[in-house]
Amino acid sequence: MKVSSRALPWLLLAPALAATVLLVLAPVAQTLWLSLHDVILFRPKSQPFVGFGNYVAVLNDPMFWESLGHSVVWVVVSVALQFGLGLATALLLNRRFAWRGVARALVIVPWALPSVIIGLVWTWMLDFNLGLLNQIGVRMGLLDAPVAWLARPDTAMAAVILAVVWQGFPFFAVTLLAGLQAIPREHYEAASIDGASTFASFVHVTLPGLAPVIATALLLRMIWVSNSLDLILVMTGGGPGTTTHTLPLYAFLKAWSGANYGYGSALAVVLTLLLLVVVIAYARRGMRDAPA
Amino acid sequence: MKRLRLFLGTEVPLLGILAFALGPWVWMMLSSIRPDEELTHSPVSLIPGALTLVHHIELLQRTSFASNLLDSLVVAVGAVTLGLLLSLPAAYAFSRFRFPGRRLLRVQFLVVNMFPVVLLVLPLFFLLRRLGLLDTYVALIAGHATFTLPFAIWLMTSYIDGIPPDLDEAAMIDGATGVQVLRLVILPLVVPGMVAVGIYLFIASWNEYLFALMLAGRNVRTVTVALQMFIGENEIHWGLLTAGGTLVALPAVVLFLFAQKHLVGGLTGGAVKG
Repeated sequence: MKVSSRALPWLLLAPALAATVLLVLAPVAQTLWLSLHDVILFRPKSQPFVGFGNYVAVLNDPMFWESLGHSVVWVVVSVALQFGLGLATALLLNRRFAWRGVARALVIVPWALPSVIIGLVWTWMLDFNLGLLNQIGVRMGLLDAPVAWLARPDTAMAAVILAVVWQGFPFFAVTLLAGLQAIPREHYEAASIDGASTFASFVHVTLPGLAPVIATALLLRMIWVSNSLDLILVMTGGGPGTTTHTLPLYAFLKAWSGANYGYGSALAVVLTLLLLVVVIAYARRGMRDAPA
Repeated sequence: MKRLRLFLGTEVPLLGILAFALGPWVWMMLSSIRPDEELTHSPVSLIPGALTLVHHIELLQRTSFASNLLDSLVVAVGAVTLGLLLSLPAAYAFSRFRFPGRRLLRVQFLVVNMFPVVLLVLPLFFLLRRLGLLDTYVALIAGHATFTLPFAIWLMTSYIDGIPPDLDEAAMIDGATGVQVLRLVILPLVVPGMVAVGIYLFIASWNEYLFALMLAGRNVRTVTVALQMFIGENEIHWGLLTAGGTLVALPAVVLFLFAQKHLVGGLTGGAVKG
């Protein structure tokens, strides 16, 4: 068999491309198409074209704006906390001490767990009667009485954010640690010869050296957290009431439970566009700030 | 003095962080081996009185969990196989050939990564229903292999990049065709990369929930969906649930610890290169 070298790369790429077109791009195109129609599950024959009607409805839907607000809180607060805790962990793990290897290996555990298990672990930890957190809190006098963390409108969001921070901070810890190890020792030595304090060498050597890794890790994690709905679905199902409805969860519930595919599709498209805008803005900023 | 500073400034805070990272997971495993009398007695005592395997045994014997484990295993192994078959040739093409559209295609594979699952899962449901593949192994294997494809190709490309091109050229001079080079030169050398990518594919498929819930769930029910259904039942049986959680988490944790260096290296390798 003789294949010309011009065709060979395309031949090699063909299976991956075909799978992507069939199982990703075609569904995306169909979602765009569905979002322009009224699609009700139990009424498959009649799917009237409604133009941008679903999108107008989205913008006039108070639940959309509420979910968007929850999404912003969910992403900004949880990613900031994951990043902060992950950075602190990475800096500590980069120091020299006896059980460093064990600590580096074990800190990753929460990130390896399935979201469903993470939801299970924290539902158990936060249980009203039997949860470990209520018990410790009451015993140490931090709580007057057990709190139904997942059932109270004022604590449910904080509870799911706690779970996603637990899941995500090891990701930052290990990626930032790898970034720290890639910073040449000479840079620190040069800084200390110049009489830089620990803090000054952190600001002038560590942070700039770590910047590209920080940028990529933040972007990746932000995309994941924005799109993820399984953890919330498992822990609260969006409740109590609508207090933990984020945008992807609302789209999912609307399309699935409500069986309104057209409207759910429009919500999913709006979510993707919003995310795309944020990512592009972020990437452009990153390129401008990056040292040439 | 220096020892004390290291202890207070580094080891104590890290112990706190590790307690946070491992505590809830350990508590789940511990709960799964305690008898019901202890689990339902409020407040639950921190130190277990008796240890037992009744929940694990009941879970495997009296519920469908054993067959759910098998379903998860079949899907994950299928996704590993299909994912490797798709990502290896693609990564070889990206690593060794310069062709028009290469950059665009690489970016495209990453952009695909960004689409929320909610956006894909409804039309996939329709598509698979039309093909009569809903609620089958094929549906989940195809779904899992595709959404993991971007990172699989990314990781595999960085492995093939690490194989010196001189070896390919030497084989070419000896008269080997492109396909022969892939099969006889690259394949044996890329085995560690295939192990790393394979483990990533396995964990991603094993842990996945939303596809497994929407595209299957009745005939083919993976462990994540089965566990979630246990939580949804009226009376939560924490003994069974924590036993299930312990069993499901174990393969993912063990494999991850085993392949950690390679997976993290793949992520940051990409980050450093930009």
